[in-house]
Amino acid sequence: MLTSPVGKKWVMALTGLFLITFLMVHVGLNACIWADDGGIMFNAAAHFMGSMVVIRIIEIGLILGFVIHIIQGLVLEFQNRRKRGVAYKMSLGSRGSKWYSRSMGLLGTILLLFLILHWVHFWIPNRSHQGWLLGEELNLYQEMKVTFQQEWVVIVYVIGCISLAWHLLHGFQSAFRTIGVSNKRYLALLNAIGTGFSIIIPLAFAMMPVSFYLGWIK
Amino acid sequence: MEHNNINLILKVWKQKNAESRGSFETFEVNDISTEMSFLEMFDVLNERLIAEGKEPIAFDHDCREGICGMCSMYINGRPHGPWHGTTTCQLHMRAFKDGDTIVVEPWRAKAFPVIKDLIVDRTAFDRIIQAGGYISVNTGVTIDGNAIPVEKENADKAFAAAACIGCGACVAACKNSSALLFVSAKVAHLALLPQGAPERKERALNMVAQMDKEGFGACTNTGACEAVCPKEISIENIARLNKEYALAGFSSDK
Ligand code: HEM
Ligand code: SF4
Ligand code: FES
Repeated sequence: MLTSPVGKKWVMALTGLFLITFLMVHVGLNACIWADDGGIMFNAAAHFMGSMVVIRIIEIGLILGFVIHIIQGLVLEFQNRRKRGVAYKMSLGSRGSKWYSRSMGLLGTILLLFLILHWVHFWIPNRSHQGWLLGEELNLYQEMKVTFQQEWVVIVYVIGCISLAWHLLHGFQSAFRTIGVSNKRYLALLNAIGTGFSIIIPLAFAMMPVSFYLGWIK
Repeated sequence: MEHNNINLILKVWKQKNAESRGSFETFEVNDISTEMSFLEMFDVLNERLIAEGKEPIAFDHDCREGICGMCSMYINGRPHGPWHGTTTCQLHMRAFKDGDTIVVEPWRAKAFPVIKDLIVDRTAFDRIIQAGGYISVNTGVTIDGNAIPVEKENADKAFAAAACIGCGACVAACKNSSALLFVSAKVAHLALLPQGAPERKERALNMVAQMDKEGFGACTNTGACEAVCPKEISIENIARLNKEYALAGFSSDK
């Protein structure tokens, strides 16, 4: 059932919605950097998340969510592309749809490239320094401060956030359609919430490296 | 209304049969009344080709009144041409200007192989209907229309979904070549009515499975289908199908 065309939609929507809830937690925690207290509050929050068993168990779910969403997304993109056969000479038939709704594979791939860099920067070093592997917990705030002095890194992060914004602009409301919301009024409401979410959350994320780079926070 | 005649250049897909490769051929058509339909313009061209001893252009058509869904043509990059909510037979030549070049292609989808020129094989849709797009009843005298009460709201929505004519424009426009708007229109139509209840679960599961088997793509909610559908079927029906499918999948006895 999950491998049928409709089942695949459900998998994308459920993992997508799960990733959205993760984004809310992640942006909330990271916002602690703007306390501008030399990272005391942020590091405390990061330590709490890193050391709590419940969170670590949920994290396994998160990794699975990412892996399934990414693999299924890319598989879907390539399977769907093969269904046309001969290409149209003139193709305006999809003009009734938004460009970003047709570019979820591309936006997702840009997002993935950014995520790989992001994991190499923070997640992997952080986890491997916690506990048994390399000992000695990292001062994440300090890590951020150093990492975000590099111009190209800040640019890549901002590009990642822009792709995330477009990805969510389609993905947020689409996921609710996928799980069966057909009521016009609720869809309009979800569309409005989704648009707000897709602008505010990526903007907040993008402001983090920018804030460090421009020295707004010390 | 303004009467005038226009001259046009047509670039039409010509393909001998399903096996051959096909290519575009250019035709000049002159003195076309703007009150003709797009198909009548093709009739004029074909009459001439026949008179010249050449092979006419093969295209599908039947009712010529916008209800059979046969007249599949991808005109200037859009299914059924530039007008909204229109089939090719209802597209009139006043949509074009004197001297325009018009590119005409068949539907492009692996599940709709070209048979000849502009004609594609749409029997994949028939097989999807056979997989569950029906209700089983004993035939006999016509049942009184009001014998089974139907809520007005549901009756309206079912009626709107039932307007689908199976033309395939949704597939033609979709970047994924997905037939989900068509399938969802059929599933929603019957799911909204009490008559559809007995076979409800199997219908959703089997029609989606058949769609997959026929080689149509998976929906990603882009909405291109809804925008080109001549019967303006709403993608609301796709959401309805998604719910039907999940409920059926979890509770089906098979
Ligand atoms: C934090 C990261 C991400 C979030 C929050 C997210 C969220 C979503 C959501 C909500 C959808 C809509 C699902 C639906 O239409 O039912 C979606 C679709 C999609 N995502 Fe992501 N996504 C993320 C990362 C990625 C990545 C890294 C890829 C990598 C390739 C990707 C590829 C796709 C594709 C191809 C689709 C379209 C499939 C469809 O609509 O059915 N996503 N995403
Ligand atoms: S849903 Fe619309 S576009 Fe698709 S087959 Fe039915 S009438 Fe044609
Ligand atoms: S010929 Fe029947 S809909 Fe156009």
